[in-house]
Amino acid sequence: MYTFSSKLKTLSFILMAVGILGIGFGFYSAPKDIHEVETLLAAESHGAHGESASHGDAHSSEGEHVQTAGHAATEADAAAKHEEHLTHVLHELQNKPWAALYVACIFFMLLSMGVLAFYAIQQVAQAGWSPVLFRVMQGITAYLPWGSVIFFIILILCGLHFNHLFIWLDPEVVAHDPLIANKAGYLNFPFWIVRAAIFLIGWNLYRFYSAKNCLAQDEANDDLFYKKNFNISAMFLVFFIVTESIMSWDWIMSIDPHWYSTLFGWYVFASFFVSGITMIAMVTVYLKSRGFLEYVNTSHIHDLAKFMFGISIFWTYLWFSQFMLIWYANIPEEITYFITRIQLYNLPFFGAVVMNFVFPLLILVNTDFKRITWVIVMAGVVILAGHYIDFFNMIMPGTVGDKWFIGIPEIASVLFFLGLFVFVVFTALTKAPLLPKRNPYIEESKHFHY
Amino acid sequence: MNNRVIYAIYNDDDILMDAVKKTRAAHHHIEEVFTPFPVHGLDKAMGLAPSRLAICAFIYGCIGITFATLMMNFIMIQDWPQDIGGKPSFSYIQNMPAFVPIMFEMTVFFAAHLMVLTFYMRSRIWPFKEAENPDVRTTDDHFLMEVSINNNEEELVSFFQNTGAVEVKVIEKN
Repeated sequence: MYTFSSKLKTLSFILMAVGILGIGFGFYSAPKDIHEVETLLAAESHGAHGESASHGDAHSSEGEHVQTAGHAATEADAAAKHEEHLTHVLHELQNKPWAALYVACIFFMLLSMGVLAFYAIQQVAQAGWSPVLFRVMQGITAYLPWGSVIFFIILILCGLHFNHLFIWLDPEVVAHDPLIANKAGYLNFPFWIVRAAIFLIGWNLYRFYSAKNCLAQDEANDDLFYKKNFNISAMFLVFFIVTESIMSWDWIMSIDPHWYSTLFGWYVFASFFVSGITMIAMVTVYLKSRGFLEYVNTSHIHDLAKFMFGISIFWTYLWFSQFMLIWYANIPEEITYFITRIQLYNLPFFGAVVMNFVFPLLILVNTDFKRITWVIVMAGVVILAGHYIDFFNMIMPGTVGDKWFIGIPEIASVLFFLGLFVFVVFTALTKAPLLPKRNPYIEESKHFHY
Repeated sequence: MNNRVIYAIYNDDDILMDAVKKTRAAHHHIEEVFTPFPVHGLDKAMGLAPSRLAICAFIYGCIGITFATLMMNFIMIQDWPQDIGGKPSFSYIQNMPAFVPIMFEMTVFFAAHLMVLTFYMRSRIWPFKEAENPDVRTTDDHFLMEVSINNNEEELVSFFQNTGAVEVKVIEKN
């Protein structure tokens, strides 16, 4: 049995406390009305003011701004435009703490989903190497119920107009935007929140019953529970791939409701799948270093590292396919998505490719490196940070536009969810023995050697 | 010069593996082992050095991507920077997404083909190469270990008869 080290527990509480303080500060320091924004903007240089007027994101139509800038508008018109611009900036700044919270929340929740998907695949594939890691995976997915509840609350708060993360939730916007109005049959709050509830409940049900059956199998005299787990895992994977795709439209793509991409679901999947596998490797390496995983050897770590490497490249393949197809055809209504990112998010946008592709490619290509603990930890930290930035890139441009910064609200949100994640995961790991007893493949897994 | 070798023939890979380990422990020099299929762990038991083919492949891949980049930079950017469908050809980086499929394929092409050719050269395999098969059965269901003799013929023969060999032959090699 694993015992939660008190140092780690204290660390997780500190992370959560610091995170909550930072999140609170983020909400406290967000401007309340346009007068605050006006003073804020006046404090900045005038050049930055003009720049922010011409950028286009989902909140206001870019064309309108540019037109007025070109025309010799009347005094009253200019004043109205000025106020419109201030409102726009106000919304962006008010979105900042919300978006920071949202990115961190969805990142950690989907990360545990990635682990759950990997776990289900291992069950269905009857993998002979991974059963010694099943309890680690179940421990990590124990975060899923917590993450789901917090995430669902945030979705409801979006629907109750506490923020402007999803502009299609604002009836004013929909009324004046025929493109969004056309999508209202799909993008409306009741349907959206019911979908979210179904997805989250479905995923959590699988996690609950799978972990329960796995424990029941330990005490059983036959393989009935193993077979049950095989069946529900297969059914879950079908459910998962459908809901995952829809989830990515609902929770991420609809932040930019004017834009769409057909491979987006796969792209999001690859991002959190590789994060999940990386997290399995990191937790395994940690537990192994503390002497809790007797049968895990470097071959298991090597296999996880191969998955980290392979799925990192798969992510890059999808990232590039999505980017290159849109860049090549350069259709105006699609390319704005990438123009915003390249112009306003240049470093995060291309930095994510370096962190999620170039770095793992060069480090994890070596067989010997894939067995070295500190290499795994280093590569894992970079991959996890890279995929956080990937989610940041997907969500921030549509919510805060050029007002992005990785400052206190963003870092604090990550710290809070990291602390919660560590606390929940390592508490869950103390609840069950770390080695399944009667799994049909456990002996093979104990002696796995590559 | 005395070029005599022992051919110890086995009909099971487990027995072969045991024999190889015993032979190594007794410090007899194994010249070669012939098997009809890859025997997992045989190279380790024989103490062979790991292959460096993967390192070669990585270098070949680097050559491939360099070749592709230089080629397309010269053709598309330096030599005749034409406007083709509005694609920016002012610098390589501006038009790079369009070049990536070729850069990728060239990397794979160079890595794969040069690695295979390296393998052929290092293993001395070519179309009209004369087969070096000491016993035709080794391509079907027998395993053969070749050990050189240094004035210890009788000791070696009895040693290999004790390792479970189905046949122990002493051969004069040219």
